[in-house]
Amino acid sequence: MATAIAAQTHTITVLVDNRPGVLARVSGLFARRGYNIESLTVSITDNPNMSRMTIVVAGDADTLEQITKQLHKLIDVHKVFDYLDTPMLERELVLLKVQSEPERRAEILQLVEIFRGKVVDIAERAMVIEVTGGGDKIDSFEKQMEPFGIRELVRTGRIAMMRGSRTV
Amino acid sequence: MAKIKSTGAKALLESLRREGVEIIFGYPGGAVIPLYDEIYHCDFLQHVLVRHEQGGGHMAEGYSHATGKVGVCIGTSGPGATNLVTAICDAMMDSIPMVAITGQVRTEVIGKDAFQEADITGITMPITKHNWLVKNVNDLPRVMHEAFHIARSGRPGPVLVDVPVDVFRAIVEYDPDEVQNIEISSFKSDFKVHKVQVKRAAELIAQAKKPVLYVGGGAKAAGAEHLVQALAHKTGFPVTTTLHGLGTFPENDPLSLGMLGMHGTAYANLAVEHCDLLIAIGARFDDRVTGKVSAFAQNAKVIHFDIDPGEINKVRRADVSIVGNCAEALEALLPLVDETQDISEWRAELDAWRVDMPLEFNDGAQDGTLHAEWVIREIARLTDRNVVVTTDVGQHQMWAAQHFGMRSPRQFITSGGLGTMGFGLPAAIGASFGVGPDKDVWCISGDGSFQMCIQELIVATIYKLPVKIAILNNTFLGMVRQWQEMFWQKHYSSVDMERAPDFVLVAEAYGMLGLRCDNVADVEATIRKAMETEGPVLMDFRVVKETNVYPMIPSGQTVGDMIVRKPRQIEEPESTCHYEPRDTRMPVVDEVVDVAR
Repeated sequence: MATAIAAQTHTITVLVDNRPGVLARVSGLFARRGYNIESLTVSITDNPNMSRMTIVVAGDADTLEQITKQLHKLIDVHKVFDYLDTPMLERELVLLKVQSEPERRAEILQLVEIFRGKVVDIAERAMVIEVTGGGDKIDSFEKQMEPFGIRELVRTGRIAMMRGSRTV
Repeated sequence: MAKIKSTGAKALLESLRREGVEIIFGYPGGAVIPLYDEIYHCDFLQHVLVRHEQGGGHMAEGYSHATGKVGVCIGTSGPGATNLVTAICDAMMDSIPMVAITGQVRTEVIGKDAFQEADITGITMPITKHNWLVKNVNDLPRVMHEAFHIARSGRPGPVLVDVPVDVFRAIVEYDPDEVQNIEISSFKSDFKVHKVQVKRAAELIAQAKKPVLYVGGGAKAAGAEHLVQALAHKTGFPVTTTLHGLGTFPENDPLSLGMLGMHGTAYANLAVEHCDLLIAIGARFDDRVTGKVSAFAQNAKVIHFDIDPGEINKVRRADVSIVGNCAEALEALLPLVDETQDISEWRAELDAWRVDMPLEFNDGAQDGTLHAEWVIREIARLTDRNVVVTTDVGQHQMWAAQHFGMRSPRQFITSGGLGTMGFGLPAAIGASFGVGPDKDVWCISGDGSFQMCIQELIVATIYKLPVKIAILNNTFLGMVRQWQEMFWQKHYSSVDMERAPDFVLVAEAYGMLGLRCDNVADVEATIRKAMETEGPVLMDFRVVKETNVYPMIPSGQTVGDMIVRKPRQIEEPESTCHYEPRDTRMPVVDEVVDVAR
């Protein structure tokens, strides 16, 4: 067995029928076969009959082979694509509500600028900032905001797309 | 063809007719009354009224096992549907094509915890190939045909169609020809056999010095038994089968090693342990076959034939994998293999193991004791093995697998993957409907398993089915007792079944002949009496209480840990569990410790 290959984080795209119960089928499969989902995002696509899931999962090559094959066995699943070794774009979005006393606003805005974020709401002692980017960028933005006092935070899961003209 | 107009219920029956369904096993209830009203008027379908939906599910499985056709069962909403769950899961584990139809509460009250509401599509999601809740009657005819298509295509398995009661009653206008044209773009089942892989398999075969064919239920499902036999005979390679592969290769063939695995023959397990090439045909490296996976056939290269790509590399990495129908694959492989390959040394090694470590049994000639294995061997001999055999689960199942000596595929019907006690009797009834009144079906059962679906006896009586039930009664839950004896210091916790109904009286109460046999001298007469009697017969064989199934490879261990036979130095232990009637009275009030005080 090729157990020497270490576990690695994979981003996979799954194209599924846009039908009730599909999310339960996919997440149920991951749960019962013991695969760990790090993040899962579902959205509609340009085809109204299809949904697109982006799943981030950790596993070795054998596990990923099984995940792909087991997903294909679900009747609702049309396509499974693992981005491993494929040039790709990955994005997440965060909404972050940070404590912002008037005297510290300038400092915060400077950091928002550096991360190419946007202030989308502002109140007397708090503002909501929107930042998009890869997971690492958002992690590091979060870290920068910590000293000011993060009051609330919400992140989307990851979405992904291949670079170049190829499509999934 | 022009469109026709009918109720949902009638459209459902029309789809059954078009799918060639002749028999269904079901139980009515509130949510399926409209369907049963159509069944009342239906002239092409036999409906068998079961006594519990689980029995109906297993009958559908038994029918399918015996015929290869899709089995169909019906239950009402709520408990009717949940009672089917065990049978559906059993069919999933053993790849049995089955369509389960359940009623559901009215569409408008779904999700409101209505009377007899259960989310059966949610419940059966992980144990079906696919399922549907049909909320719109216009979808029903198409969904029914999709259901049959998915159940029987690729690796077969169960599907479930859940139909709300108002959908059965609603009117649908549809073209019945058009809905039969199934196109499910996301469902791939017709994998073309890869010629290059077949060639690579032939190369590995040509290099092999110690090859073994390891044949599972997939070979039977593909109808590939003749090709398996042809491959074995052309190459001279020995053949071992899984529990579900039994009969795919006749066990009286000199190349047959019998079953492998936890209770397989010692020589089959040694063959796999020492082989340098393992050719798996429609088998899935189940843990009862492999034991400790890392030690299983560790010197062997593996060629894996399977119709389900998900099985390749799931447990054991294959050196060459061939995805597709294994009949097609074997047909492509046969011309590429050499008939002059010399493996005589290997064959000699196997023959030596066969002589050293044969399957052992006690015929009672010396000590007059009655053993389950002997009863099974006598049934096989006296019926000339020209019968279908079903079993329940436990010691009797393993003894039947070891000692019956199957000759043809679909002869041996058992619950392998799920290991469902209570499977045997309803499966025998379903199989009997499948093979017809001219062939006897023997249900080899145990006193524990048999009581789990005992209510279906009446179905055998009503239809005068030639179902011969042999209970190998050792008054124990024998397999659990065996594990407790071997691995749990004989702590016989909750395995004593001594206090049981009188099975002969039970048989008579259900309107069939009951026979008891507690003496080895009467075995033949009892079996002959059962064979001569028309219709169902129940036999209660009172066998030795504490014997174990050998050989045995303890769970998760290796061939090196195999216990080949009963340890010789130890005398047959006296029963340590004597039945004493327990005090079952409720305690009187002042004996109860009031913890609140």
